[in-house]
Amino acid sequence: MNYGKVLYIDLTKRDFWIEDRSELFERRIGGTGVALELLKENIDPKCDPLGPGNTIVFAVGLLTGYYPMASKTVAMFKSPLTGNLGESHAGGRSAIAIRMAGYEAIVIKGVSDTPVYLVITDEGVRFRDASSLWGIRSTITVARIIREVEGGSGIRSIIRIGKAGERLVRYACATTETYRHFGRLGLGAVLGSKKLKAIVVYGKRTLPVNDVKLYRAVYDEIFKLAVETELMKKYHDLGTPINVKVLHKIGALPIMNLTRTSFKEVDKISGEHIARSRLGRRVACSHCPVACIHLAILREPYIDEPYFYKTTYVSYDYEPIYAIGAMLGIKDTDGLLRLLDLVETLGLDAISTGVVLSWATEAYKRGVITERETLTELDWGHVEGYMKAINFIVEQPNQFYRDLGMGVEYAAKKYGGLDYALAFGGNEMPGYNTGPGAYLTYLTGARHSHLDSAGYSLDQKLLGKTLPSPEELIDMLMKEEAWRQVLSSLVICFFARGIYSAEKVSSALKALGFNFTEDDLRNLGWEIYREKYRLKIELGFDLDKLRIPRRIFETETPHGKISKEYLDRALEYFKKKIESMIS
Amino acid sequence: MVKRLAVVDVDRCVGCQMCMFACSRRLGLGGYGKSAIYVRSVGGVERGFTVIVCRACTSPPCAKVCPTGALRPREGGGVIFDPSKCIGCGICVDACIIGAIQWDSEKNKPIVCVYCGYCADYCPHNVIKLEEVSK
Repeated sequence: MNYGKVLYIDLTKRDFWIEDRSELFERRIGGTGVALELLKENIDPKCDPLGPGNTIVFAVGLLTGYYPMASKTVAMFKSPLTGNLGESHAGGRSAIAIRMAGYEAIVIKGVSDTPVYLVITDEGVRFRDASSLWGIRSTITVARIIREVEGGSGIRSIIRIGKAGERLVRYACATTETYRHFGRLGLGAVLGSKKLKAIVVYGKRTLPVNDVKLYRAVYDEIFKLAVETELMKKYHDLGTPINVKVLHKIGALPIMNLTRTSFKEVDKISGEHIARSRLGRRVACSHCPVACIHLAILREPYIDEPYFYKTTYVSYDYEPIYAIGAMLGIKDTDGLLRLLDLVETLGLDAISTGVVLSWATEAYKRGVITERETLTELDWGHVEGYMKAINFIVEQPNQFYRDLGMGVEYAAKKYGGLDYALAFGGNEMPGYNTGPGAYLTYLTGARHSHLDSAGYSLDQKLLGKTLPSPEELIDMLMKEEAWRQVLSSLVICFFARGIYSAEKVSSALKALGFNFTEDDLRNLGWEIYREKYRLKIELGFDLDKLRIPRRIFETETPHGKISKEYLDRALEYFKKKIESMIS
Repeated sequence: MVKRLAVVDVDRCVGCQMCMFACSRRLGLGGYGKSAIYVRSVGGVERGFTVIVCRACTSPPCAKVCPTGALRPREGGGVIFDPSKCIGCGICVDACIIGAIQWDSEKNKPIVCVYCGYCADYCPHNVIKLEEVSK
């Protein structure tokens, strides 16, 4: 078989083996659909997310390495942030590298007693001592060292953690190719708990094609849609930061812990301004012509030596600008870039870090916490204070910062200010105050991510129209989440969702010898959605325990103030739907 | 007319590897195991990329060292590869100091650009193009 090879790695025993799971890939097409089965098979649902019982699964899809933009890797694990299912997607070279090394999925079990990093090739796994890498503060330095000692230049992926992962910050990320992340839900902490500092993967494989003529034809259609139409335009021109001004204009950009939605200085943190004044380079994930990764140039003088400068490339996207910029009231561009660079260096999830600190700032200003806890003044727009606080989240100089490292839900439960602690299902809020659709996505989505069922997009489409009933809205969201399981199982970048219609996916698979009608695909989406929610509940999720922060009812959205009755009715209906779906 | 693949402006390269995939797809395959063109970063993606492909030397060192004549000079520059004569010694790989000869580990033979330009059609940023060799 040319697909379905799963690499199992046992860190406790320093052992690995390969199993043929082609039947699973034939049924579940890869990514999310496969990862959740592999996680289910290899995890004790009651395990401590940071103990030896947790398992990490990486999976790619049947289209990876064949078609453009099917270049995401899905990671699944038990989340130390929410205590239930963790799922995070990253691009870079990770997905292509895993497949070119000869695998479609990797399962990592157990825990190492000393720091290690793994080198994965078509020959299997080498366990390498990472003692000399442990404690290195920067995710960038770690990769720089590994690049010198390992092979696969150009085709390898180096997935690694920074100090935040080592210190088990519950929202530490895993970074790949310097600027792409398994950002959300704490994969970095899980890797840290396993003493697994980095994973290097590479290989050079060819993949057979069933119908070459059809393959080339479908490929060309996808390629043309990506480069010659408007479908991907917003991603390659200004990139995701185009949203800063778009959302600000309609009153959907959350600012200063969502106390407001208008910001006089919004221009300074906008995609337009950063591109015009500081865009230095654009780079792409493997097998993607779009190159949405925007890198800004940050030029900083050294204060102790004249005519001495440090130049850093800083990746900027909409979500980090929302969380680290708008939510903290940052109004100078270099200040924003310095904060983003620090978050990148330490290996923190930018969204969670920003939301945690925006809560801390409000709590500080209200006197709920004092400088005894924060060790520095926290105020909107004060970059230096936030530079210190971000370092403290990782260094953990006192109990307060250890608590902040547990997430905003945990910290607010302990210190107060829960009404304005913006977490949903334990996950800090993404940057869309667009209306009830967005909030219902955060509450009901299997990852509590705006991308799960895209309520933020639905809200924007419904602007100026009467909202549908809560039941109708839930139906629309669930339908979207079900379809997105097909895309994330094929690890197609969600930015390319307009290109990969059901019809296109069906013909792309057909050229490779897999027969799925459009209906088969849609049904598969529902099956994966159902199984994912089952697993989420099995791992500890409880819909009855969902908390809705009061703040979201206080601040206007583009659809006016959110009605609690509307949300409650929607959630009640969702609960019934989920119960009947999984029973 | 003799053609070669030219790297026109390497600073426009975003590292997407579309060219590498195109080169294997030309043979009806997915992946990049058979690709004659190769892209890597110059020490982290933030520093940019280098595109490695045969530049069609007029006096190709790879052909000079080939012990069996499997690689022979092409009129106007570059080489023509005859796999039936190749013994897989790999000396050509070492002779090409720009690293433009890739290795097919399945067939144990070199992979050399055939100057077809298929990859250039998929380069979204005009980094590479097929050009006529000037006399």
